[in-house]
Amino acid sequence: MTAAIMSEPPAAPRRRARPGRTLVLNVTAVIAGLAVWTGLSVSGIQGLTGPIEVVGRAAELVADGTLPTDILASLRRVFTGFVLGTALAVPVGFLMGWYATARALIEPYVQFFRTIPPLAIIPLAILLMGIGETPKVFVIFLAAFLSSVVSTFQGVLDVDRTLINAARVLGASDRTIFLKVVVPASTPFIIVGMRIGLGAAWGTLVAAELIAAQEGLGYRMQQAQLYYDLPTIFVGLISIGVLGLAMDRLLLLAERRLTGWQERR
Amino acid sequence: MNAKISFQGVSKSFPLKSGDFLALDRVDLDIADREFVTVVGPSGCGKSTLMSMAAGLEEPGTGQILLDGAPVSGPGPDRGVIFQQYALFPWLSVRKNVEFGLRLQPISAEERRRRAQHAIDLVGLTDFADALPKTLSGGMKQRCAIARAYAVGPQVLLMDEPFGALDALTRVQLQDQLLDTWSRERRTVMFITHDVDEAVYLANRVVVMAARPGRVHRVIEVDLPYPRTEEVRLSPEFARIRNEVWHSVYHQAPAA
Ligand SMILES: Nc1ncnc2c1ncn2[C@@H]1O[C@H](COP(=O)(O)OP(=O)(O)OP(=O)(O)O)[C@@H](O)[C@H]1O
Ligand SMILES: [Mg+2]
Repeated sequence: MTAAIMSEPPAAPRRRARPGRTLVLNVTAVIAGLAVWTGLSVSGIQGLTGPIEVVGRAAELVADGTLPTDILASLRRVFTGFVLGTALAVPVGFLMGWYATARALIEPYVQFFRTIPPLAIIPLAILLMGIGETPKVFVIFLAAFLSSVVSTFQGVLDVDRTLINAARVLGASDRTIFLKVVVPASTPFIIVGMRIGLGAAWGTLVAAELIAAQEGLGYRMQQAQLYYDLPTIFVGLISIGVLGLAMDRLLLLAERRLTGWQERR
Repeated sequence: MNAKISFQGVSKSFPLKSGDFLALDRVDLDIADREFVTVVGPSGCGKSTLMSMAAGLEEPGTGQILLDGAPVSGPGPDRGVIFQQYALFPWLSVRKNVEFGLRLQPISAEERRRRAQHAIDLVGLTDFADALPKTLSGGMKQRCAIARAYAVGPQVLLMDEPFGALDALTRVQLQDQLLDTWSRERRTVMFITHDVDEAVYLANRVVVMAARPGRVHRVIEVDLPYPRTEEVRLSPEFARIRNEVWHSVYHQAPAA
């Protein structure tokens, strides 16, 4: 009995797996997923294409330049909307967190627009902005802004009062306190907000590309839907997934670098 | 009459839903230049509030607080404050934390580095100067906070239960270290604590406060020689003063 308890591995190391082992498990899971997918398509589920066909279609789309053009177009929209959205969200979030007046003025709008799905904004955006790039980028911008502003603002509100007092008793001015205490202390929240904003930006992309687009992953998938072209739809889906994941990992990397000082993760 | 800090008829109330709550009632207290005063009293009797006002983080309701004869208006680097919760900037290394206040002063980078290093050496964190706070133990964090306050060279140190969260051994070490620096550099110290032994061991005078409303109950002279040693701690005189303080903290007559 005692021996059995003694030979139990301690709880803590079990939770933090070794990186190498994690990678092996990740890769195994992907391969297993592909195998199941192949199995399902071979066993004849109506219309389901297998990985081989999808890879073939991807190669075709790369060869005729469609896929790179689409990816570039979509990336440009997501990136522009995301950068503009979070670039505005950070100062607005700081303003709301720092000045009660600003908060009282801005918060109703933020909370109101947050409840409207970006898709529902599209008709309005088309009427007001035409059918060019502007409405598409705008809708993505709005989604990214709304989801990251709340997080930034919460981050500023949550800055530990004793840290602010510690800076004040050392002689810091309000400006110094803002730049040297509030900004670094809320960085973790800002980055979380950016990651949520990025997710929202990708989530809005396909909807944004409903607006009379000439290229883009979302547009391509809608075209494919008209022609019952399943492989192309898969290529689009996987591209969006891979790009979104890659950008999220980049932010995660930034987070690790910028907020490694945090006590617990 | 050369009080470094002088509380004159200081009252403070906080607005609550059920009306104003009187946290401090007409506190009169003079702390002499280079004096080491400890403040003890039941939880909630207004010790931290009193110190916050001396630090300039809060304003007295009525009465005034004088520093070198002039009313306190806001915080300043002439008063170093050490908070119970360490309050280190977690994104800065020990050295950067210590340099935080120095960067706000008109001194050269070289001077800044020299003074930071001196403060770090003083508290024995030389080998940890480039470590982040999350990698430090509680006692090391508190020593870093002390170094940060020392570095700017304040004439007054305001310490709010700085050793409260530490184990007994670390606490005694830090007490001796604090007394050691105090006897060399002779700053004025106002030191809040829950621990009667600590209050007597460190102080020239112990201020005993009472609660509801918060006020000064008694001021007890500690007529023991410095440097305080293990011998002093075990002396019958120490025991007598400790019992006196203990008694006035824990057997207070209820407020009239
Ligand atoms: N900002 C505030 N708003 C309302 N009440 C407050 C505020 N700050 C302090 N108080 C009240 O004033 C009283 C004194 O508080 P203070 O923190 O000074 O006590 P303390 O003696 O330091 O207690 P402790 O030993 O537990 O730290 C308490 O009853 C507390 O509830
Ligand atoms: Mg307190």
